[in-house]
Amino acid sequence: MRIVVDLNRCQGYGQCVYLAHEVFRLSGQEALTYEPNPDEEQRLHVERAAAACPVQAIVLDRLDGTEGSTTP
Amino acid sequence: MTLPATVAELVREFRASGRIVIVGASLAGLRAAEALREAGFTGSLTVIGDEPYEPYDRPPLSKQVLKGWVAADHTKLPRMREVDAEWRLGVAATGLDRAAKQVCLADGERVPYDRLLIATGTRARQWPNAAEAALHGVHTIRSREDAAALQKELAASPSRVLVIGAGFIGSEVASVCRELGLPVTVVERGAAPLVGALGGVIGEIAAQLQRDHGVDLRCGLGVSSLEGDSGGHVRQARLSDGSTVDADVVVASLGSIRNVEWLEGSGLASGFWGLGCDAGGRAFDINGVVTDSVYVAGDVARAPHVLYEYQFLAMEHWDNAVLGAEVAAHNMVNLEPRYRPHLLLPGFWSGQFGVNIKSVGVPPFGDEIVFTQGSVAERRFAAAYGRRGRIVAAVAFDHGKWLEYYGQLIERSGPFPPPPPGWDQPSDSKPMPAEFPARGAPGAAPDVVLTGHDPSERTAEFRPRRR
Amino acid sequence: MVEETPWQQALRYANRANPYPFYEELRKTPVARQPDGTYVVSTYREIVALLHDPRVSSDPKKCPAPGAARTQGSGEPAAEPIRQVLTEPNIIISDPPEHDRDRRAMMPHFVGPPPAPRWISDLEPEIRRIVGGLLDAMQGKSRIDAVDAFAYPLPVTVICKVLGVPLEDEPRFHRWIETALDALDFGPEAASEEIQSRQAEGRQAVQEFGRFAAELLDGYARQPGPGMLSALMNADGQDARMSKGVLASNALLLIFAGHETTVNLIAHSVLTLLRHPDALEQLRRRPELIVPGVEELLRFESSVQFWHTRSALEDIDIAGTTIPKGAPIFLVYGSANRDPERFTHPDTLDLERRDNQHLGFSQGIHFCFGAPLARLEVQVAVGEFVRRVRGPRLVEDPPPYRHNQIFRGPRHVLVDIDGISA
Repeated sequence: MRIVVDLNRCQGYGQCVYLAHEVFRLSGQEALTYEPNPDEEQRLHVERAAAACPVQAIVLDRLDGTEGSTTP
Repeated sequence: MTLPATVAELVREFRASGRIVIVGASLAGLRAAEALREAGFTGSLTVIGDEPYEPYDRPPLSKQVLKGWVAADHTKLPRMREVDAEWRLGVAATGLDRAAKQVCLADGERVPYDRLLIATGTRARQWPNAAEAALHGVHTIRSREDAAALQKELAASPSRVLVIGAGFIGSEVASVCRELGLPVTVVERGAAPLVGALGGVIGEIAAQLQRDHGVDLRCGLGVSSLEGDSGGHVRQARLSDGSTVDADVVVASLGSIRNVEWLEGSGLASGFWGLGCDAGGRAFDINGVVTDSVYVAGDVARAPHVLYEYQFLAMEHWDNAVLGAEVAAHNMVNLEPRYRPHLLLPGFWSGQFGVNIKSVGVPPFGDEIVFTQGSVAERRFAAAYGRRGRIVAAVAFDHGKWLEYYGQLIERSGPFPPPPPGWDQPSDSKPMPAEFPARGAPGAAPDVVLTGHDPSERTAEFRPRRR
Repeated sequence: MVEETPWQQALRYANRANPYPFYEELRKTPVARQPDGTYVVSTYREIVALLHDPRVSSDPKKCPAPGAARTQGSGEPAAEPIRQVLTEPNIIISDPPEHDRDRRAMMPHFVGPPPAPRWISDLEPEIRRIVGGLLDAMQGKSRIDAVDAFAYPLPVTVICKVLGVPLEDEPRFHRWIETALDALDFGPEAASEEIQSRQAEGRQAVQEFGRFAAELLDGYARQPGPGMLSALMNADGQDARMSKGVLASNALLLIFAGHETTVNLIAHSVLTLLRHPDALEQLRRRPELIVPGVEELLRFESSVQFWHTRSALEDIDIAGTTIPKGAPIFLVYGSANRDPERFTHPDTLDLERRDNQHLGFSQGIHFCFGAPLARLEVQVAVGEFVRRVRGPRLVEDPPPYRHNQIFRGPRHVLVDIDGISA
C-alpha cells in the first residue's frame, strides 16, 4: 500500500495509532511518524485509520492493486 | 467566428491535443500531472525526473527512515488517479530553449512542449571543500539514496556523529541519533538551532531541548575542516575556535540550493532565489514580465504573497508543493478569467526529540514574538509572531490543535499581540524581539543589470559572479 | 405566548425524533442568542472555529450557571444534576493545563503503552464474540428490540471490562444514569412539573453513582485489579497522579460516556439503515463499506447532539455577532453535521461520502476520548447485524425516543426479522 499523511493538517489526535499501531506511531505527545508503504495485510487497519482521522489527513493511494499502470 | 469563440476553441484544442512537459518528478511534479489529467487534459504529457525512481515523499527520510524503522524505498507517494504520461526518469533536464519550445535532456534528446511546468525543487548544499566532502562517512540528506546510505552508517554504531548546521533537517538527524543512543555533536554557526526559521527566542528553547536529550550542541561556531584517516574515512573535524571533534559520521545539513542551473540562458527570472512567478504559477522572464507558456511550482517557485506585503516568497514546504502544483496545472489548461491564485498560508512541521514543532505563516516576516498559551518550561506552548501590530505567524510546540486558530487570525490580519487565552496563560506573555538573524547577502548572488538606452531596447541581463 | 426560537423548538420532546427542520432554521443565524443569554452555534465553520479558540472555556465553574444570564423566559433555569453534584472536574469540563495533564495521564491506560498502543485493536476478537453471542440469542425470534437486545449490551459489557467495573453492578448504574439523563432538560419543558420533579431524583442518582465510583476506586486502592480504573488509581506516573476526587469524577464520566453514546450510535445505525434499504443492500454486498459507513452514520445521527458547558472568557466576534464575555455557548454538532455549506446533500445518507470530516466526536482538545473503541464496536456490531439478520423490518417509525436532548437516541427500535444467518 502507499499512504501519505498531510502533517500540516494532522493535529496529533492519535486515532490512527490506536487503530493501526503497526503503521502509525506517535513520538511523544503528538509528533506522528508512519510507514508510508505498509504491507498489504495492514489494509483494513490503515483504512480504518484513514476513515477515523478527525482532520482527514491520511491520503491513500487510489490505484493500489493496479500496479504499473501509470508510473514506471 | 467571434474572438471569444476563437479563444475558446484554442483552449479546447490545447486541452485535447496540446503538449505539456513537466520537469521534476517529485511531489509537485506528480500532483501536477494528476491535476492536469483530472482537469481533462488529454494531450501528450511528459514527466522528466533526474532520479531513477517514481515520485517519493521526502519528509520521512530524515526521521523514520534514518531511524531504521522504514526502508528508504518505502516512501513511494500514493497516486490520486491514473496518469497517462511518458515518464522520463533517471535523466536530468540540462537546458531550456524557449524560442524552440524544447527541453534539452542530459542524453541529448530535446523534448518539445506547448506548455512547460518547472518543478525541479532543491538539492542539498554539499560540504564546500570537495576533497573533504568526498571522505567516507560525510553525508548530506535529500534523496532516498542519501538516507539509505546514512541510515546504514548510523546502524553500525559510530563512535560519534557530527551534524553541521542545526536547521530543521540537522536537528531531526540529531534527534534520530539520540533515539538510537548515538553520541552526537551539533555545530551551528548561528546563536541557536532553528534561528533562521523561528528566531532566537524559540531557538534558545530548541537549544535546551537538544541539550536535555544529550546533544553536544555548540553554537556560534563553524567547522573549518574535516580530516580523514589513511583509508579516506572521516575521523575528525576542526572547529572555528580551534577545537576538534572526533566523529566517524558527519552530516552536513547546510540548507538547500534551488535547481535552476539548467535554466541558465533561458531568459527566465531564475537564480539562487529560485524562479520568480506570479501567484498563479506563471513564470516571469528575466525582465519580470509574465510568460504565457512556462509555469513553476514547488520548492523552486518564488511568488508574491498577498498577506506579506506582496513580497516574493519561496515556500519550501510540503503543502506548497501539493497546492502550488494543483494551481499551476489548473492555470495551464485555462485562460483568464478562470485562473486560480495560489494563496496558501504557509505551514510546516518537524518532529524532533519527541516534540511536534509546527508553524503557520511566515515567522521570519515578524520582528516580535509573544508566548500565548501553555508552558515554555514544559515545552508545550503556542507563540505568535508580529510585525507592525499585526500577527504574521505562529509556532507551536506540542500544541498543534490550536494552530488553526492562529492561522485564521493571520488570514484576517488580526492584531498583534493577539487576544490572550482564557486559561493556561504563559508566565511571560509580554511581546519581545523575535531575534531573527540579519540577512546577509548570499555570496554567489549574480548582479542583475539593465542594458540598452532606447526604452524599446531596455532589458535585464544576469552577470554571474565568479566564485 | 412568546414565540419559541428554532432552538427551543428543536429541544421539545415532540421533536426529538426529527430535530433537523429546526436545525435548518437555526442555521440561518449561525450564532443565535437565546432568550436566556445562551449563544447557540449551529453551523460547521463557526463550531470548528470555537473548538479551536483559546478564549472559550469548557469549565462550567468559569461560567455563570446556564440560564443565570436569563433576561426573560420562564421558571427556573434548567438545572443539571451532574454539574450540581460533581465537585471535582473531569476532562470534559476542564481547561488546559489541567485538562491536558489528566487526559495525558489517562490515555495510555486506555489504549496501551507507547510507542505501539494496541489495546483497542486487541479488543476486536472479544467484541466479535460478544456481538456473535447477542445475534445468536435472537435465533428463533420474529421480533427483537435492537436497543435492549443489541445496542445496549455490547458497549456496556466492553466498557465494564476495559475500566474494570463489575458487570453485575450494571443494573444499578444503569438506573442511576437513566434517572440522571431523564432529569436533564435545556428546553422549554424544563419548567414543567414533571421535569422539576425528576430533578431531585436525578441529583440523588448522581450522588449514588459518585459514591459507587469512589468505592470502586477505594477497593482498587486496597487491592489492585484488572482494568483502567485500578491502573489509574495505582499509577506512579511522571504525569502527576490525579487526586482521588478528580479520578472519581473521570471514572464517572468514562463509565457513563463509555457506553451511553455508543448505544445511541448502534441503535441509530440500525434505525437509519432500515430506513434506507438501498444503503442496507449496498452494505450487504460490500461489507468493507462499514468503515466509511460508520463515519457517515456518525455524521447523520450524532450521538452527542450538542455540548453545553462552554462559555466565552472574552468577547468573541464571530459570524457577525459578538458573544459577550461570560456568555454560555452551546455547540450543536448535530446541526453542523447537516450543514449544507460543509456537506453536499447533507440530508442524504451516503456510505461512501468523501471528505467526511464530521463532528460526531467533536474536534480540538476535547475530541472524544473513547472514539477508537466506539468506532470498533459500531463497525463490528453494525457490520455483523447487516450480515446476519435476515429480512429486518422496522416495526414503528419513528420509534420512541429517550428524553435526553444531548445524548439523543431511540428508547426502543423494534425490528421484525426472518431469522439469523450463521
